[in-house]
Amino acid sequence: MIAVHGPVLVVILPLFGALVAALVRRPLLAWAVSLIAAIGSFVVAVALLVQVRAEGVVSYRIGGWAPEIGIEYRVDAVNGLILVLVTAIAVLTLVYARRSVLSEIIPERIAWFYAMLMLCLTGLLGMAVTGDAFNVFVFLEISSLSTYVLIALGRDRRALVAAYQYLIVGTIGATFYVIGVGLLYLATGTLNLGLIVERLPEIASPRALIAAEAFIVVGIALKLALFPLHAWLPNAYAYAPSSATVFLASTATKVAVYLLARYIFGVFGVHLGIGSVAIASVLIVLSLAAMFIASAAAVFQNDIKRLLAFSSVAQVGYITLGLALANQSGITGAFLHIVNHALMKGAAFMAVGAIIYRSGTCKLDELSGIGRTMPVTAAALTIAGLGLIGVPGTSGFISKYYLVLGAFEAGFWWVALLIVASSVIAVLYVGRMMEVIWFREPNQRCRGLGEAPAEMLAPMVVLAGMTIWFGLDAELPASLAGAAAHVLLGARP
Amino acid sequence: MSMGLGDSVWLALALIIPAVTLLAILLLGRRPNLREAATLSGAILLFITVAQLLVDVLAGARPELHLASVAPGLTLALRIDPLGMLFGVVAATLWVANSVYSIGYMRGNDEPRQTMFYACFAIAIFSTMGLAFAGNLFTLFVFYEILSLSTYPLVTHKQNPAAMKAGRVYLITLIGASMILLLPAIIWTGLVAGTLDFKAGGILDGKLGPVALSILLAMFVFGAAKAAVMPLHRWLPAAMVAPTPVSALLHAVAVVKAGVFTILKVVVSIFGIETLSKTGSADWLVYVAGFTIIAASVVALRADDLKRRLAYSTIGQLSYIVMAAALVSPLAVLGAALHIAAHAISKITLFFAAGSIYTAEHVTKVSQMNGIGRRMPWTMAAFAIGALSMIGLPPTAGFLGKWFMLGAASSAANWFAVGVIVVSTVLNAAYFLPILTAAYLKPANGPVKEAPLAMVVALSATALGTVMLFFFPEVPFRLASAILGG
Repeated sequence: MIAVHGPVLVVILPLFGALVAALVRRPLLAWAVSLIAAIGSFVVAVALLVQVRAEGVVSYRIGGWAPEIGIEYRVDAVNGLILVLVTAIAVLTLVYARRSVLSEIIPERIAWFYAMLMLCLTGLLGMAVTGDAFNVFVFLEISSLSTYVLIALGRDRRALVAAYQYLIVGTIGATFYVIGVGLLYLATGTLNLGLIVERLPEIASPRALIAAEAFIVVGIALKLALFPLHAWLPNAYAYAPSSATVFLASTATKVAVYLLARYIFGVFGVHLGIGSVAIASVLIVLSLAAMFIASAAAVFQNDIKRLLAFSSVAQVGYITLGLALANQSGITGAFLHIVNHALMKGAAFMAVGAIIYRSGTCKLDELSGIGRTMPVTAAALTIAGLGLIGVPGTSGFISKYYLVLGAFEAGFWWVALLIVASSVIAVLYVGRMMEVIWFREPNQRCRGLGEAPAEMLAPMVVLAGMTIWFGLDAELPASLAGAAAHVLLGARP
Repeated sequence: MSMGLGDSVWLALALIIPAVTLLAILLLGRRPNLREAATLSGAILLFITVAQLLVDVLAGARPELHLASVAPGLTLALRIDPLGMLFGVVAATLWVANSVYSIGYMRGNDEPRQTMFYACFAIAIFSTMGLAFAGNLFTLFVFYEILSLSTYPLVTHKQNPAAMKAGRVYLITLIGASMILLLPAIIWTGLVAGTLDFKAGGILDGKLGPVALSILLAMFVFGAAKAAVMPLHRWLPAAMVAPTPVSALLHAVAVVKAGVFTILKVVVSIFGIETLSKTGSADWLVYVAGFTIIAASVVALRADDLKRRLAYSTIGQLSYIVMAAALVSPLAVLGAALHIAAHAISKITLFFAAGSIYTAEHVTKVSQMNGIGRRMPWTMAAFAIGALSMIGLPPTAGFLGKWFMLGAASSAANWFAVGVIVVSTVLNAAYFLPILTAAYLKPANGPVKEAPLAMVVALSATALGTVMLFFFPEVPFRLASAILGG
């Protein structure tokens, strides 16, 4: 069944999980249902990736309707990787979430939390798996609407403001996206991405295409928090429940980046742009700005969640930079960093969640010496931090290595220097955290704390461990990312 | 003794022993005596392992070990060549002395957080071994960064604001320079040469023009900021806030030597001295290193804080090695390699003595050292030997390296380099001899009071070693002569 219906199963399982979780209403049962659905979806995603590695492309027609009329789900080396990543993070987040959610959300709302988390997973997987431009919009809205609820469930009242802020921005983004899709539909008469590409050469005036590109790229850029459209992200990450932050930080922006890659390589081509300014040049400038400005902003945060959120904006900059380099090494680096950043940021936010679970705060100046009382959690945060810097031996180094290689190959040696220079800012913000948690005497609040419970530690240790593992043996992720880059570069002649 | 498989096992042990030592230290954290036993036995076992490797390398073996294929083009692999062996032997030998000394110092001064201290030491020696025996630039870079990170908690050990500030300078300078300059230099090298493996004679011949070679060399020299070539030298005096055994580790054994070792290794096995002397791409470095030597000596002359004076002395001595590497002749490489060994053992003696004086008398300033030679006879005798060696007087180890470097400079008719060596020798004498005259000729103001036994034993041993190395330089000499053969 997986072999035939895999592409749709991967989305349907979490959708049903969400439905059942909402109906059962009992916290523990809702959690169990969600976990089972996520594991099922993960198994299907892995099977799909294996199939894609063997066969190239897996295409699925919803209800048996041919693409012109019906919706096509299409999995290749690019989104196969994304599906596995997102479902894997979902499973680990759910394992982690049970204890964390119990302490942060009132019991009557816990089932809703899981329902929304599964709905968000459904939306993200749908965005990744579908080959239909309008269907992307539908799933984009599903993931965004459920994300607003997830953020609003945060224990702090400011979570409501953060959710509202994201609601406004997200709606604008979705609207921009759908306007762009409308323009594409007017020009080509189809919503299937494959068919759109086939018909593009027939378009007489490129103006509609350029307008469509502008709307779609801005719409997606809002969702992926591309600098300077990132303002919603720090608040959203900071005030959402810890488990929701873990999930969103590791997956939501990543899927949006995938979409961006799909559109600029698969549909528009990197050289299309307004006048002589190609989309790639715009992306390089914005990515570099993100890497420096957001990293610098991270240095001055006192709330660890906000610090890591600004770091996320910066790290997304590395990913979009890799895409904009538009060569094999650069795109490989981008997709490696999609995976690696998901792992290390997941570990980091899990560690912060565990610290909140025990100490009730994530203010840096109240966490002196917490490394002594919560050594495993602090060690996971440290490994994730080293990964963010890109210290060799962690996976962050491998992705940056490919990015620098890509910059050299593209002839942009100055970009290569800026990539490594911006890593030094990461030394500052990671170093600040390390100084406080390891090199200070434990304060009153931190002295009596115990280590986080095992079921929160286990997924955190898995992610931190993979950050090291993929730093020492990157053959597997590098080959998957390389295959994705190959597909994207060959997507449009 | 050379066996194909046996070599690799010994080589693996050189990394495994410090790793196991680290685990033992962490597990025995609550039982200080056992914990210190773990440190000591780790040091001794590592020394035996490295000695075994030394025998094999002198017999002509070049042990290799493949650790991991990280990604296409990036492999973690070890291969011992004579230069790496020399650094490895120096580090492993002095780690034994440093371990004995550390135990005396940490207990004598009742320092807090000793488990973290010994654990970081074990990681530092682990990365030093990996760095010395690295088979390619990537492996070297990995261990270089681990070394920076593992010594950061040692620099900030006191955890007061001054220590934290020094730690920040230390970390940002070393990591920053290595990321901004060293890493791009390595990636550039890989793109141009198609490999990152060290090879006798270099891998860049004919691949880059003279100007590009100069730029690449500059990226390596300043990227390896551990070598403290000006203007990237400020971290070194700043790091003096650390406990003295740390200073000894940083300034004699691991950190600074890792810097000059990297530069020498890159000159010999990446650029190749033939390529560099043909293109003249290293000529500029003679002047930069020469300036560093003189400027650091002048600062040392004016420093009243004993450790600060030693720190600036280190900056000057390191640049001897860099300047010799920049002279790119076989004789200069010989001198540079010998000076790595000679400076290591002499400077560790000086720091041991400084720490001993601090532990016994709480004296940190040169101006407070009047008559101390009579009150701490063993310590000051060792200090005197170390100081003579730094000046370069026989019969001490420091004479050897300087002799060959001077020979290399004059046979290359590089009168700037000759002048620098001569002037700096005078300056070295000018800042070390007043300490000795004050210590011995001014009247003492108290009874004989030596530091704890473990410290006195350690510093006497390294002082003896400083003299022995002059009379029996065969091992470093044979290794240093074999460097260009790879």
